[in-house]
Amino acid sequence: MKEKLIEKVLLVIACSAIAIIFLIFLFIFIEGLPVFVKTGVIRFIFSSNWAPTKGNFGILPMIIGSILVTFGALVIGILFGLACAILLACFAPKGVTRVLKPLIELLAGIPSVVYGFIGVVVLIPIIRNTLGGPGFSVLAASVILGIMISPTIIAVSLDALRAVPLAYKEGSLALGATQWQTVYQILIPAAKSGIIAGIILGMGRAVGETMAVIMIAGNSLKIPRSPLDPVRTLTSNIALEMGYASGMHQEALFACGVVLFIIIMILNTLALLTIGRRNG
Amino acid sequence: MANQSFRIPPILNQRIAQVLLWLATIITLLVLFFIIIFILIRGLRVINFDFLFSLPLHMGKAGGIVSPIIGTIYLTALAIILATPLGVGSAIYLTEYTKENIFTKIIRFGADCLAGIPSIIFGLFGFILFVIKLRMGWSILSGGLTLAFMILPTIIRTSEEAIKAVPTAYREVSTALGGSKWQTVSRVVIPVALPGILTGVILSIGRCIAETACVIFTAGSSLRIPTSIFDSSRTLAVHFYILTREGISMERAYGTAVILILAIILVNFLAYWIMYRFIRRMGGYVG
Repeated sequence: MKEKLIEKVLLVIACSAIAIIFLIFLFIFIEGLPVFVKTGVIRFIFSSNWAPTKGNFGILPMIIGSILVTFGALVIGILFGLACAILLACFAPKGVTRVLKPLIELLAGIPSVVYGFIGVVVLIPIIRNTLGGPGFSVLAASVILGIMISPTIIAVSLDALRAVPLAYKEGSLALGATQWQTVYQILIPAAKSGIIAGIILGMGRAVGETMAVIMIAGNSLKIPRSPLDPVRTLTSNIALEMGYASGMHQEALFACGVVLFIIIMILNTLALLTIGRRNG
Repeated sequence: MANQSFRIPPILNQRIAQVLLWLATIITLLVLFFIIIFILIRGLRVINFDFLFSLPLHMGKAGGIVSPIIGTIYLTALAIILATPLGVGSAIYLTEYTKENIFTKIIRFGADCLAGIPSIIFGLFGFILFVIKLRMGWSILSGGLTLAFMILPTIIRTSEEAIKAVPTAYREVSTALGGSKWQTVSRVVIPVALPGILTGVILSIGRCIAETACVIFTAGSSLRIPTSIFDSSRTLAVHFYILTREGISMERAYGTAVILILAIILVNFLAYWIMYRFIRRMGGYVG
């Protein structure tokens, strides 16, 4: 009797994660719905006129901003993150990996506001003095976000590379391939789905990052024409205006949240499917 | 394939690749050390007894950071108290009470998706549900509930891994001695898996301390020392953000950042140390 009860209670608890996802979507969607109805989904997404006090809600500049910044962050994150993961999984001595792995995990734990702050006091003056422009830019946001997402890419790719059966590696080496040939012709293709999943998860982090981006991206409402132009992302738009928005304006910010939620859920599902295919 | 067409000797090719990989790794690590050392050098001289234990004055331009420290502790504690039973309970159900089926797949999918949702979305959600609809206002309660939702997937995942690492023989012995399912779980599996579960909880503490976007919209940014969970309070990360964003005081901002970074280093070190010992005892290895 007691056993049955405990099992039932645990079952209810286990449903909490699903329930929370559902609640989040429900509440944000209900708040954002009026804007979608009045403005129209197409106009909301493809109009570049964001003047909330006049009732104009078009988020195209922010969507483009998010895409540009995320793309830039991915270039940097993949370049350095993947190199780091390959080195630690395949070449570095065991002792080095044992020391470096926790350090890289530490990099993931540093608050995003601190990254943003480093961007403001270190990176932005450098960009302003060497490349010109205001410094607050797509470039600055990409670099800082790239640094922020590399730990995610490193951690997931490292696990994927290590999960490749040892026999693959031994077989390749026994056939006379060099270590590097083994890595890029055997290990990387075998770990491909895990590596891609890591990249997609990193992408999710870059799309969703808010505070660091507000501090360094400049938050201009114009669509940027060069990497040195300031830019505003979907997330920073929400956080910047949430403090004083009310009525229809606030609902429009929730509508931004709906768009963001949907983008993130698509990325999550893609990442989980790629990981799942490897396990299955 | 490249070395067949260009005829670069494979050994040379490997050397070049290794040099590039090391270069990229060293740059990544230098960035990490640079961030930490830069903040510590500029901020450590701000830290003294007064800074840590006196109230902020003039919006934080002068005085200390005692109220954000207390706010951070309250919020983190509340989030952990709320999320740990839910997370560990979910993990127990997933590992001990069911076999892999469509239902567990859906639950895992939910937990993994929740892990990927950005904190600004949690902020929007907490704001509309707790602050507005449930009339809790900007308060530690609203913030703690929102944070609890945010850290839930971390606790589920790590607890699940920890429970799975407990050898099956332990369960078989307990069952053979006449222990019921729940007796086996509560007296054998959980105590053995406890260090692993603890690691997840500690990592979640780190996430709570580092969080800004979701806290600022749910717990508010009051500078007073909170006296109950219905008071608004700002955390260290929010305080740091406001100090730098509004240009109130760079000096105080560096000081606050030092405390943030030291807290995160401590949390990570603790989590890693406990995990290391746990895995060694379970007969695995850390590498």
